[in-house]
Amino acid sequence: MQFTPIQLYKSSTDQVSFGVELVDSPTSQSSIAQRRLFPDLPFSFSPPLFFIVFIFILYLFHFSFQNLQPTQPNPTMALTRTIHPHSLPPLTSSRSTKPSLFLGSTRSLLPTPTPIHSRNHTRSISSAQRRSAVAANVSDVKLKSTSDLLVTKEEGLEVYEDMILGRVFEDMCAQMYYRGKMFGFVHLYNGQEAVSSGFIKLLKKEDSVVSTYRDHVHALSKGVPARAVMSELFGKTTGCCRGQGGSMHMFSAEHNVLGGFAFIGEGIPVATGAAFTSKYKREVLKEADCDHVTLAFFGDGTANNGQFFECLNMAALWKLPIIFVVENNLWAIGMSHLRATSDPEIWKKGPAFGMPGVHVDGMDVLKVREVAKEAIGRARRGEGPTLVECETYRFRGHSLADPDELRDPDEKARYAARDPITQFKKYLIENKLASEAELKAIEKKIDEVVEDAVEFADESPAPSRSQLLENVFADPRGFGIGPDGSYRCEDPKFTEGTAQV
Amino acid sequence: MASIFQGIGAATSISSSASFDTMKLQFSSPRSISGKKANCVVMRSGGAKMDSGSSRNGGRADQLVTNAVAAKADTPAASTASKPGHELLLFEALREGLEEEMERDARVCVMGEDVGHYGGSYKVTRGLAEKYGDLRVLDTPIAENSFTGMGIGAAMTGLRPIIEGMNMGFLLLAFNQISNNCGMLHYTSGGQFKIPVVIRGPGGVGRQLGAEHSQRLESYFQSIPGIQMVACSTPYNAKGLMKAAIRSDNPVILFEHVLLYNLKERIPDEEYVLNLEEAEMVRPGEHVTILTYSRMRYHVMQAAKTLVNKGYDPEVIDIRSLKPFDLYTIGNSIKKTHRVLIVEECMRTGGIGASLTAAITENFHDYLDAPIMCLSSQDVPTPYAGTLEEWTVVQPPQIVAAVEQLCR
Repeated sequence: MQFTPIQLYKSSTDQVSFGVELVDSPTSQSSIAQRRLFPDLPFSFSPPLFFIVFIFILYLFHFSFQNLQPTQPNPTMALTRTIHPHSLPPLTSSRSTKPSLFLGSTRSLLPTPTPIHSRNHTRSISSAQRRSAVAANVSDVKLKSTSDLLVTKEEGLEVYEDMILGRVFEDMCAQMYYRGKMFGFVHLYNGQEAVSSGFIKLLKKEDSVVSTYRDHVHALSKGVPARAVMSELFGKTTGCCRGQGGSMHMFSAEHNVLGGFAFIGEGIPVATGAAFTSKYKREVLKEADCDHVTLAFFGDGTANNGQFFECLNMAALWKLPIIFVVENNLWAIGMSHLRATSDPEIWKKGPAFGMPGVHVDGMDVLKVREVAKEAIGRARRGEGPTLVECETYRFRGHSLADPDELRDPDEKARYAARDPITQFKKYLIENKLASEAELKAIEKKIDEVVEDAVEFADESPAPSRSQLLENVFADPRGFGIGPDGSYRCEDPKFTEGTAQV
Repeated sequence: MASIFQGIGAATSISSSASFDTMKLQFSSPRSISGKKANCVVMRSGGAKMDSGSSRNGGRADQLVTNAVAAKADTPAASTASKPGHELLLFEALREGLEEEMERDARVCVMGEDVGHYGGSYKVTRGLAEKYGDLRVLDTPIAENSFTGMGIGAAMTGLRPIIEGMNMGFLLLAFNQISNNCGMLHYTSGGQFKIPVVIRGPGGVGRQLGAEHSQRLESYFQSIPGIQMVACSTPYNAKGLMKAAIRSDNPVILFEHVLLYNLKERIPDEEYVLNLEEAEMVRPGEHVTILTYSRMRYHVMQAAKTLVNKGYDPEVIDIRSLKPFDLYTIGNSIKKTHRVLIVEECMRTGGIGASLTAAITENFHDYLDAPIMCLSSQDVPTPYAGTLEEWTVVQPPQIVAAVEQLCR
């Protein structure tokens, strides 16, 4: 299924202009759909003639809808997108007819010397109600930036290095798992690196990231050293959580990674709380410059969970500085997103709660980055939350224990052809931002970093028994008072991990 | 062995006010392990004040509360005016504790349904939103799981939220967050994040509130590692426990009871913070140890009057800390009386009494002269009809009968 790559719908009461001028192109196919079926005619048809004309018009519709069938994905970056207005039926008069615009995803990027491939697919939606009418084709947009390219060389290399780190690290995890160095559930992020790098590389250190069990790469992108993450996976005491968390619970107070959660959806309220703290600091504690933003990453399966909706409501209600990033990789273990969701377009759930909903190609790190810039900027300015749906794909199974038999090999091949790293490498080279040699050097460096991480983790000690009872309580008096009158934590065996509690 | 006053006996005096006549306000140095509590008196159980540098044995039980039943009909009106301290109702005491802590630390905030403009469904937060603003006393939508999680996220990032469940039963919806995040995150993050939340709300069997509003969640939460549970029963310990819970860096669940909000008592004017892990000696005695908490304390004290008239001398301990148990106070009592009766409002199966029975058997089996008796509520969804509801909870005649059987 192809997704329309655009759109944002804000609530009908918000008319926000992002300073983008759109040029309505009268020659687009969309103009056909805007025509009403029964226009007011200046003269009357006789019934038979009217009938013939009616059939002819239907035929024209059929013809044009055929052209709107999904086409093959274009592996190079598409630089223009079509805009869709509200896809609700025209009877809801409360909605404005003018499309709201979200800068990052709806503008077309400035023409570069390379040819522009336009991407005109829409999903064919069964219900007439959800049939979106294409209104305008953006062909010429004035950008505010002066540069033609989306990233500078430094930024590009930083992002590339981050994506390579994510990929190599996860591949190494798989190796180590099959060698018996780590156990349990390990969920790998291969294929989704564009989302992590696209978003997290724009954050400051004080901004927070909340993830799910597929959190190794989020932690790495945020700055947690590869050594700490690998040690944690090996269950060693030098891990970022002292070996007590594991693959699914990556935390870092220093880098503001708030987890790592095993149950889907349970991290979203925590992220909402972190955003609440940011707002609280600014408004109650009067730290006027506190503009910390929180990113909540989760998947398509989570978008059907109650906590997701409850938090969308609260975040929009209080205009919390949070961005909900849906990594829609179409599969929740073996449950296809389309089999689980009544309306598979998750971005639409944003406007229902009063926040912008954006869909973006999650296999393209630059597109993700543009959308992320916009969303993070919104949040920093205090304009409230955003829901971003990233269409992405995981190249491996749900976890290392997943045989991955249900997914169609063709689907996998299609997405493999859109590998974010290959795409970005091509972009960098074609736009002369980096040479092959520089990129090779980065890859070599990352290989060394990951090798070093494995060595470090191997050599680190496993947690001793003394660690068993620590950290259960921030204040260990919580273990209570023992029969002898002293606190349990004062028992000398407590630090050995053998005390009776 | 802690010294216990016996002579004061069955005199019914107003709550803990007796102990404050002789109390001088003084800055006591903290115990070696406790944090910075320099500005107020840390009250040990039953109002005993802590001497600086004293060991646990010496400092305890200098002045005991003999009969801690909050006055209903016992108070002669004339005597209250001259005594120090001020009189208030339990929900006001909770509010006082909450307000003092919010005043003291700007990071303390409240979130829950109807806590702000409505003032709280039991008026515990009345007036706070006007004073501190809508963000600090946050009216949330009806989404327990999410706003509890939000409180936890806020706690991880530096705030100290108090999450109110309008009724404790509603927190069943927040079980995911309470069990997984509240209890576990400090551990799974390797100690990097602390969760200093207070989760509070009224629970227990009320007056014909129906099954779902009459739940006792202490039994469900008690095995979650990483949380502490306390139950308040008098205005005095309500305020003290509220303050202690807010100051604690651990996640604390504070159980209040719907029927106890209008109890009146005289509490000290000075600031005081109680100890979260300690039990309260309500009435010292010789013959049998009765362990109880929350509303059942009053049923027990009522039964105690009857028992005293019959010649028994029960020792009544309000365990207050439901998790962890204060095995020291409990153990000392058992070593003296050798007989234990547990009276609780929790269900028979898997309740606090069941855990307490196990803990006592494990630790003090040799000191027991009779099997531990545990009186709990029936394993029945609380009926609406008043008569049926009465029979689901433990009533004073049953307590009297149980003591008579134990002491045979």
